[in-house]
Amino acid sequence: MAQLILNHLTKHFGGGRPAVSDVSLTVREGGFLALLGPSGCGKTTVLRMIAGFEQPTDGSIDFGERRLSDASRALPPERRNMAMVFQSYALWPHMTVAENVGYPLKVRGISGEAWRRNVGEALALVKLTDYADRRPAALSGGQRQRVALARCLVTSPDVVLLDEPLANLDQHLRKSMEETFRIFHERSGATMIYVTHDQAEAMALATDVAVMSEGRLMQMASPAEIYARPEGAVVGGLIGRGSVLRLPLSEGAPRALEWPALRTALGGMGKTGAADEAVRDVLVRPEHVSLDGEGMAFRVISCVFEGERFALTLSLPDGQALKAYCDRVTTPGETARFVISRGWRL
Amino acid sequence: MLERNDLRSRPRWLRFPFQSRTQDVPQARVGARPAAEPRWLVPFVFACLFLLCLLPLISLAKAGFAGLVSGQSIGVLTEPATFAAIRNTLITATGGMIVSVVIGAIFAFAVALTDVRGKQSLSFAFMLPMMIPPQVTALAWVEMTGPASPLLKTLGIAPPLGSPQPLYSLAGISLLLGVQHAPLVFLALKAGLSASPRDGVEAARLAGATPFRVFRDIVAPLSLPGLIAGAAIAFVSGVGNFGIPAILGIPAGIEVLPTLIYTRLASFGAGTFGEIALLSSLIAVIAAAGLILQQRALSGKDYRIIGLSGANAAFALGRYRLVVEMALVAILFFVLVAPLAALVASSMVPAYGVPLNLQTVSLRAYEEILFRQSMTLKALGNSTFLATTAALGLLAVSVPAAYLMTRRKGLLANTLGILIEIPYALPGIVLAVAFILTFAAPLPLLSVSLYGTIWIILIAYFSSFLAVSLKPVMSAFLQMDPSLEEAARLSGAGFLRRMRDVILPLVAPAAGAAIILVFLIAANELTVSALLWSAGTQTLGVAIFNLDDSGSSDLAAALSVLVVVMVVLLMAALEALAKYLPEGVLPWRN
Repeated sequence: MAQLILNHLTKHFGGGRPAVSDVSLTVREGGFLALLGPSGCGKTTVLRMIAGFEQPTDGSIDFGERRLSDASRALPPERRNMAMVFQSYALWPHMTVAENVGYPLKVRGISGEAWRRNVGEALALVKLTDYADRRPAALSGGQRQRVALARCLVTSPDVVLLDEPLANLDQHLRKSMEETFRIFHERSGATMIYVTHDQAEAMALATDVAVMSEGRLMQMASPAEIYARPEGAVVGGLIGRGSVLRLPLSEGAPRALEWPALRTALGGMGKTGAADEAVRDVLVRPEHVSLDGEGMAFRVISCVFEGERFALTLSLPDGQALKAYCDRVTTPGETARFVISRGWRL
Repeated sequence: MLERNDLRSRPRWLRFPFQSRTQDVPQARVGARPAAEPRWLVPFVFACLFLLCLLPLISLAKAGFAGLVSGQSIGVLTEPATFAAIRNTLITATGGMIVSVVIGAIFAFAVALTDVRGKQSLSFAFMLPMMIPPQVTALAWVEMTGPASPLLKTLGIAPPLGSPQPLYSLAGISLLLGVQHAPLVFLALKAGLSASPRDGVEAARLAGATPFRVFRDIVAPLSLPGLIAGAAIAFVSGVGNFGIPAILGIPAGIEVLPTLIYTRLASFGAGTFGEIALLSSLIAVIAAAGLILQQRALSGKDYRIIGLSGANAAFALGRYRLVVEMALVAILFFVLVAPLAALVASSMVPAYGVPLNLQTVSLRAYEEILFRQSMTLKALGNSTFLATTAALGLLAVSVPAAYLMTRRKGLLANTLGILIEIPYALPGIVLAVAFILTFAAPLPLLSVSLYGTIWIILIAYFSSFLAVSLKPVMSAFLQMDPSLEEAARLSGAGFLRRMRDVILPLVAPAAGAAIILVFLIAANELTVSALLWSAGTQTLGVAIFNLDDSGSSDLAAALSVLVVVMVVLLMAALEALAKYLPEGVLPWRN
């Protein structure tokens, strides 16, 4: 086991901006990295370069001491000891479930009793033992997904790549598959890289989250860290459901802002303040906005019932929108007092 | 992070064969991807395509140029016979195109847009004339219409003996070219129509348009590109057709360019190679002009279809449905059933001009061709060998070529595509001439001449039918999820292993269809083998042509009936395979 190191990784497909631009990151041994970003941000290209399907235009990929690819050479995918769950699952329709799962073993020359035992174990882990002799066409989406996962499991690969594996499943199945992925990660100890555009999925599964946008790596940190302390407006807007407010703040203001500071900033809007004050982005999470008689008066634009609470959209005096959670119904158009207990300067 | 100097200390398995070359600054290759295929694959495919597609064309150009320069063959361009042939070619191809468009359009509109019953069977029956070899079509019609027609004699409506055969004329050739190529118009138009938006038609009806106005304002403009494309294909096919003018034109002294080439080659002289090169260049020029005209007519008519497509039964015919159905069946009767019945009838009469009834019916002709005539048996053997070898052998070219064209985008795929288009776009007669010119001289190094052997026919078949073999395989590759192969790569499977375990099983049904299609067309082929055959290497098509030419019309008819039976059986086999095939593989299905 070793670290997977991407070093200044760049990929041009010719024309326009590069699909991936100068991405450097290290996935710790046995880590579970979620590559998060909107579609077209280059996350799948990074994954395909790690797998060896694309060759970097510049930069390199190393696994421990081994150089996997750089601009001049690339180890073919078939010699990387990696495995991948494709978005389309990529099950071979002409093979049974057991043959699909056991194919990597067959290629490695394992047959007979050892083959049957390994395939049986892998199928047992994804609870598909009874389906061994079916064809993929006879399975449901979730079952196909589990076959694809079992195929990854069977050879104990160094790195497991997952390309939006839950994109084609319904909400309920996603939850149970997330659980399966977590168990799979714990048991296999493999380094896992998970591409998704769903931040909730990324948060729930990964030990580290890397946010990409327009081919660049914006930030990489643990889920809790990236939620609490995002860097820049892109990451702040992408993670969680926060609102980014533009507030006048002084140069020396702390990054973590409390209500007194925020109240001052909100009060100072539209006025010309001290010389070192400038308008800055502040991320406010809806769970940090609460109804409070001590607070400032905001107008309620909309109120949507979400089951466990109401989601409000508030309008600041200057028209900026702010999201808040609230446990009682409020009428749109009404004005109420709110306190913003925390904010994060981006 | 490893430094560049550390390269040598890396494990042995990481030392690539090309490592030493890339010690300097690595050049950024735009869009480079690790090669998925072994290094021999691209050169192999290019070598095959060069031999099959480009080399014949080069030889043709060379011989034509040499003929012009030496002055030995330039006379052919100013001969009255050539002018007459050009004129006849243009007349018959244009006339045939008009007939094709009329019949093909009636069928396409009826099948694609109305609620007539039995669409699948109607389509299948209407496509049959395309798969039946043209010389057989011509023979069947001759047997149907002439004064000696057993069918007409049996019915008692035959013209008196000695009256002229009406089909031995420019009009007759045009009519038969039209019947032969109507399925091409039908297919092109039907493909366009079934892509036209059903909701567009329904919206027009809701807007208050009558069915006639909907047809005029919505359906007709949308189907025009398909109609133009179909007309162009019918014209080009008519220009290059040999079988029909050979059977109908030669007895009447009507020469078209393909038959002129045939007779020139038969009376071999000093300037012949230059002459046939120039004549076939004329055919290529006329065909190209037709295609350019089509391009001009199509420009600005690229209607992208938006919305739901699949206009099935957009027009309910109501009480006219039966009338339309009867009309369609009547057309089928005249273009298909009646000629084939005449063919069967004339294969069973004991002697020329005898009416067929229960007393006179005889299977002597079948006995003769199957058990007595060594010539027909030899032809059967040759055609089976040629068609089987071409059908199987072409897979060795078409599978790697389709693989490269779908996996590698850009310049490489485009070049391959253009190379393959060359023999596909050229009429078969031009290709045959090109192969004569390429292989007339002994092969370099071996000093063996292929000319006059069966091998030159085989190579010409490889070239002619490459596109036929490629198309089904290509659609299978296009519809295959590339991640299926990528998953096999990550499983550790190398190129040949992936081919064997994953790719070949998945393209197998399409490859099977490609084999049957090539076999079907190659076994009946006449145009190429008519020019390339010599004693002992005659094919089925040549045998039918020669039997008819020597007056044994009953034997020719019997052999033709066997050929039609084989065509129908092979088409039925493909129908049975249809549900395992990717979309668009079978030419008579959409």
